[in-house]
Amino acid sequence: MTIRLSGIKKIYQIGDQTVAALDGIDLHIKKGEFSALMGPSGSGKSTLMNILGCLDRPTVGSYELDGEEVAKLGDDELAVTRNKKIGFVFQNFNLLSRISAWENVALPLVYAGVPKKERMEKAAYFLDAVGLGSRRDHQPNELSGGQRQRVAIARALVNDPRIIMADEPTGNLDTKSSTEIMEIFRKLHAEGKTIILVTHEPEIATYASRQLLVRDGKITRDEGKGVVMDVV
Amino acid sequence: MLFSESIRIAITALLANKLRSILTMLGIIIGVGAVIAMVSIGMGVRQQVQTSIASLGSNMLIVSPGSSSSGGVRGAAGSNVKLKLDDSDAIKNKIKNIDYVSPTVSSSYQVVNGNQNWNTTVQGVTPEFLLIRSLTVGSGSFITNADLTSRNRVAVIGKTVASNLFSDMNPVGQNVRINNTPYKIIGVLESKGQSSMGQDQDDIVIVPLTTGQERLMGITYVKSINIQVSDPEKMDQVQSEIETLLRQRHRILSDKDDDFTVRNLTSLMETMTQTTTMITLLLGSVAAISLLVGGIGIMNIMMVSVTERTREIGIRKALGATFQNIMMQFLIESVVIGVIGGIIGIVFGCLAAMAISKFGGFTTVITVAPILLSFGFSVGIGLFFGIYPARKAALLDPIDALRYE
Repeated sequence: MTIRLSGIKKIYQIGDQTVAALDGIDLHIKKGEFSALMGPSGSGKSTLMNILGCLDRPTVGSYELDGEEVAKLGDDELAVTRNKKIGFVFQNFNLLSRISAWENVALPLVYAGVPKKERMEKAAYFLDAVGLGSRRDHQPNELSGGQRQRVAIARALVNDPRIIMADEPTGNLDTKSSTEIMEIFRKLHAEGKTIILVTHEPEIATYASRQLLVRDGKITRDEGKGVVMDVV
Repeated sequence: MLFSESIRIAITALLANKLRSILTMLGIIIGVGAVIAMVSIGMGVRQQVQTSIASLGSNMLIVSPGSSSSGGVRGAAGSNVKLKLDDSDAIKNKIKNIDYVSPTVSSSYQVVNGNQNWNTTVQGVTPEFLLIRSLTVGSGSFITNADLTSRNRVAVIGKTVASNLFSDMNPVGQNVRINNTPYKIIGVLESKGQSSMGQDQDDIVIVPLTTGQERLMGITYVKSINIQVSDPEKMDQVQSEIETLLRQRHRILSDKDDDFTVRNLTSLMETMTQTTTMITLLLGSVAAISLLVGGIGIMNIMMVSVTERTREIGIRKALGATFQNIMMQFLIESVVIGVIGGIIGIVFGCLAAMAISKFGGFTTVITVAPILLSFGFSVGIGLFFGIYPARKAALLDPIDALRYE
């Protein structure tokens, strides 16, 4: 699973002005890399994240995900790609508030068409893996921030994607929870997942082996490229 | 994604907002209930009309005199005096497919018993009258052929007359005076209630036809001849045969109009049925409008629901929900409102119809057709008014939806 972006531009039309949120991104992320996208707000790192996560399409350029060109896919094809290949972890967790942690984790499998029994088994497995097996019937509002984020990670993992996209996963967490969450990412990286982390906290970025700095829609710094954990 | 899964998600979502779901359903419940209750009233009226027309006698042809014409001056309809008892006998003898022929005369008189008096219609009839009008004698007996030949002064009275003249007493065997002549009461009719035209069918005094003609009214003609045809298929044929026969007997030239009229009760029934069907349709469509309003209510709430759950939609889309998945989720939600509302509405409608017939004095008839129709309509409304909000939800951009606060 490799990610290859070339000449990616995202141009917004605001009134009669055109704003290039991304201005020519060339990026190659290898399978198993743990990269951190950094940059001040307004730098374009969220836009880049959305494109990498197949939530958005670039205006121009090519995005090859695992050898498949995804820049020109339709909405539904992008949805299927997200479902199968990408797991999302968001800053504000984005769990559905009315259903249990267990059902939240199983949600991507609903759209993958997995039968209910298998779905619930898999979800229970990944909840155990993030240490929340005992709280699976709780609703998100009955869980702490750190626990919610662990539910979200379990959800990101449940359909066995190769890429985990984490957008400021520790942004709403205290230091202790942040450390716990980042340890989980470190472990996932060790297990061979490709992880892309968006953060503006330098100490969180140090968990990643590769640091990318985005500024004014361009990648201005790229350190630690090509460090891939051996698959354990 | 499995269909059952979508239904489960929809029901979960509806349960999360119980009060709102119930209020939304209320529109459909009232709509469906109203359609069923209104149509059941309409059907009830129709049934009542049909039974009361049928109680006049089924397959009936009524011959009545036409207007008279003497020296160019035309009298009122029924003033013609050429329809005689002989005509009635001729019809009975010469025309096939006839069960009964019942000639009658009638006029209004004051009927007196002691110090009680009552104005009513006195009808002179033959024994066939009982059969053709499906009357039953409650106590005593009916007029016989012997009464007819000897022109006996006997009378059979209806319940209304009996109660007005005799209150609680048994009138059988008593005498009443009609036009100052005593008549012996030989029977009282079983009550028949009101006719479909609101006429009290028990307000009647029946005497032998010949007695009525000669002793009471002093006439030689009859006022009407009721004919019961044995086969409803043959109504038209018998009618034209009677017309031909009477024209012959009255020696009417082919270029002249009939001096009698033959009316067909079946066609009257058809007209009445048509009218009541119109009433039913009218009531039903007024109620259907409330169903439509309920549908707009669904759309309204679904729009709110979509806006409110923008974030949820964003999450689902990020996790891989396709356009179709989201569309189905919201569509099923509105259809579920339609289905549940429809079912509750059917129960309420049936209960309302029963309550109306029990306490409101209307006859109501609950039939399957309006139930199925209004249920189908409510599901259809859920579907139709769900499409726009569901499409709106499914078209949401996942990034915008995730960012939505």
